Amino acid sequence: MSLPTGPKVYATAASALAGVVRDNITVMSGGFGLCGIAENLIVALRDSGVKGLTVVSNNAGVDEYGLGMLLKTRQIRKMISSYVGENKEFERQYLSGELELEFNPQGTLAERIRAGGAGIWGFYTRTGAGTLVAEGKEQRVVDGETWVLEKGLVADLSIVKAWRGDTEGNLIYRKTARNFNPMMATAGRVTVAEVEKLVEPGELAPDQIHTPGIFVQRIIQGPAYRRQIENRTIRKRPAAGVS
Amino acid sequence: MAWSRDEIAARAAAELRDGYYVNLGIGIPTLVANFIPAGMRVVLQSENGMLGMGPFPFEGEEDPDLINAGKQTITELPSSSYFSSADSFGMIRGGHIDLSVLGAMEVGENGDLANWMVPGKVVKGMGGAMDLVAGVKRVVVVMEHCSRDGSAKFKPRCELPLTGTNVVDKLITDLAIFSRADRHSPFQLLEMAPGVSLDELRTRTTARYLPP
Repeated sequence: MSLPTGPKVYATAASALAGVVRDNITVMSGGFGLCGIAENLIVALRDSGVKGLTVVSNNAGVDEYGLGMLLKTRQIRKMISSYVGENKEFERQYLSGELELEFNPQGTLAERIRAGGAGIWGFYTRTGAGTLVAEGKEQRVVDGETWVLEKGLVADLSIVKAWRGDTEGNLIYRKTARNFNPMMATAGRVTVAEVEKLVEPGELAPDQIHTPGIFVQRIIQGPAYRRQIENRTIRKRPAAGVS
Repeated sequence: MAWSRDEIAARAAAELRDGYYVNLGIGIPTLVANFIPAGMRVVLQSENGMLGMGPFPFEGEEDPDLINAGKQTITELPSSSYFSSADSFGMIRGGHIDLSVLGAMEVGENGDLANWMVPGKVVKGMGGAMDLVAGVKRVVVVMEHCSRDGSAKFKPRCELPLTGTNVVDKLITDLAIFSRADRHSPFQLLEMAPGVSLDELRTRTTARYLPP
């Protein structure tokens, strides 16, 4: 069966990035750890050979997968993240000064992206007041509370991953794979979405859409998903016959 | 006898109240979920975007799309809901979460908390900790009373970079429990682990606190 088609639909991850990807652009990359990352678009970004990227992403992948692949090839100049604990190559490049790093508290990062996509230049938050995060930022004291000015974030390109999408770019995420994807979809000058299954308009219930198609300029159906688990944790099954 | 990790977690669980929405950090805080009193309705939030966290899955039932903030595989409950990280931190920052239990590297007698960075060592990032302490109604810290070299972690002022200022309401260590009435009050010693004397606690604590 052939895939649905439409003006936003691209055949491959590489073709969906063509004409958007240039050296030194800012890219937002959805996901939390390896959960809900745009697996195919990250590979295509690496294969494009683009360099000097500023990447906004909560995490930096692991050594062998996700954004870790772009670190390995030294295509990332700067990361804006909240937690990067799972990546040895990241550590090495950061400690040697090859990689620039800006830490944002996770909620501040999420809100900066949401604000950027919603046309809000900045906002005041209590998060980070009195810490390193507030240094150099405008602050206001209201009724004894200190509020820190944080600015909205936008990107030249956002790459997001959803469970289902239609040819109009409407997206539905699955479980905790939603995470940063909806806000990043709104904050990209060009947003490219990859979905596990691309369908015709009408196949997704309009009431169930998480990201309306206006935020998505290009969409692909990912050819394959590894859906790697970072920290597999299980419990023992109760013994059979014991009540 | 110092309290074990489980005993610390059980004491933190005494903070839970029926109907609470709770965020548990990584490490000892995660163990608090094992001590929710039977019959009490407590909803666990995972800051990546879920309310109503269920237990770890049985082998073979792991779902890569269903993880907690420690990136562990988890399960959903009939009452669970999913949302974006922006909505999640809206809940946290907006004061909708009743209780956060977090680990710490240092706690100051003024309620300051340091738990994300040791200068000169590898820096992993603060994740959601700064947002949690800035927004959650009540913050309980669980930690070992002293660091590995024996030095005090509950001290007059934190020396490590802060996660938040004047944010800790209660401190539970393997040796003792300290609490304060509000964020203008000093900490008071509430309880000591069996066999710990007031003198021993004094020698292992540089923070000032009120006697029990």
